[in-house]
Amino acid sequence: MSKTKQILLNPIFNDNPIALQVLGVCSALAVTTNLYVTLIMCLALTLVCGFSNLFVSIIRNHIPSNIRIIVQITIIASLVVIVDELLKAYAYESSKTMTVFVALIVTNCIVMGRAEAFAMQNTPFLSFLDGIGNGLGYSLILIFVAAFRELLGAGTLLNYEILPLIQNNGWYTGNNFFLLPPSSFIIIALLIWGLRSWKKDQVEEAQFKVAENSLELEESKM
Amino acid sequence: MKSNNSILKTILVSLVLCLVCSSVISYTAISLREKQEANVLLDKQETILAAAGLLKEQESVDQIFSSISEKIVNLDTGKYDHTIDLSSYNQKDYSNNELTSKTLVPKEDIAVIKRRENFAKVYLYYKDEVLEAIILPVRGLGLWGTLYGYMALESDLQTVIGLEFYKHKETPGLGAEVNNPKWKALWKGKKIYDANDEVILSVIKGQVKRNSPSSLYEVDGLSGATITSKGVTNLLHFWLGKMGYGPYLKKLKESNLGNSNV
Repeated sequence: MSKTKQILLNPIFNDNPIALQVLGVCSALAVTTNLYVTLIMCLALTLVCGFSNLFVSIIRNHIPSNIRIIVQITIIASLVVIVDELLKAYAYESSKTMTVFVALIVTNCIVMGRAEAFAMQNTPFLSFLDGIGNGLGYSLILIFVAAFRELLGAGTLLNYEILPLIQNNGWYTGNNFFLLPPSSFIIIALLIWGLRSWKKDQVEEAQFKVAENSLELEESKM
Repeated sequence: MKSNNSILKTILVSLVLCLVCSSVISYTAISLREKQEANVLLDKQETILAAAGLLKEQESVDQIFSSISEKIVNLDTGKYDHTIDLSSYNQKDYSNNELTSKTLVPKEDIAVIKRRENFAKVYLYYKDEVLEAIILPVRGLGLWGTLYGYMALESDLQTVIGLEFYKHKETPGLGAEVNNPKWKALWKGKKIYDANDEVILSVIKGQVKRNSPSSLYEVDGLSGATITSKGVTNLLHFWLGKMGYGPYLKKLKESNLGNSNV
């Protein structure tokens, strides 16, 4: 794989920001009750991540190291405001439900993490690709979680009815648990489990070992 | 090469960055403002028409809305106020300003809105010069935040046409079901006041029993959203009661259904 392709595609499965680095989980809990809202959030985050990396990288040789975090945040925050304004102008319906979450992209660890870890050391083009790639990795997980939650919680996908709810004279009782934030913890955890059994090199070394069962020990002595 | 960390360079970089960022943001905000304001207005008009059941697919919102007349009401006296400019009226400005609003004590403040504006904008729909619907802005606390919406009444000022919320922060799938068309349809035809002119229309817990005498005054609760359901009841009781549009609706009734000026 060429280096550029690797930078763009690696964050999707091999170095996923949510599944491997476990960053940006907060928004993965908040915006995943509805797939449509999630798609817009993913688009917003991918763009902000890509462009913040681009701009940070362009001026990386002029950023004084003692104010570099402030410089990065200023750039990210400006991009977020612009995205928010664009949503209000061109996607008013969805901006109504998610304007708070869009504003919270500023604090998303993925954006900041990539600016600090990648864009500060690499050329603008590669940084841009890295930002987009990480945005896509984030989107992949979020879309998966949102599809689960919307389908099982509200019986719809992208607001189209898939499982007709009892409230609407159907047969499916919506599982309210999936509409509450904790359910994403479980879905994300299952995803990480799945991903790590597929790509074994992502499994972290255990920090401690469970002691051998003393009862068994005693039994074997007998 | 001079170090990036010199004081001069630090100040210079931050200054240039701030200038660039702020001008880009200002430019975006100003160039998009017109479109955003149009969106907000359209959304509000749509909600008003939806509450009154006037939204039609063939006609544009603008077109239908032109048949609606707007009036400013003094909520304390219940009379129309002609001194306030209709187009510049803004509910938020009025309820935030101490001179044009009333601070509510907790006992009065059942909708938990803290301040109530003294003047409200109401919408009247006339068909062939006969009052068909009257649409009142309402708001009140749900679970996560304030619900903003419109309630439309028939000209008997007792029967509900519809209730529609355009802004809320309730949980999707639970409290946010206030926007479920099935639930909204339950409001049509419900009655508001009892024989003593007290608001008794309420969202109850569970389902309304079809044959019970009170069923005309009750709406099914939203399952899993008790606090939101209660919030809706409270905001209706507040806005349709003495502190809200009560005096105005009373005046309107006395004055031959608003065909003459109150």
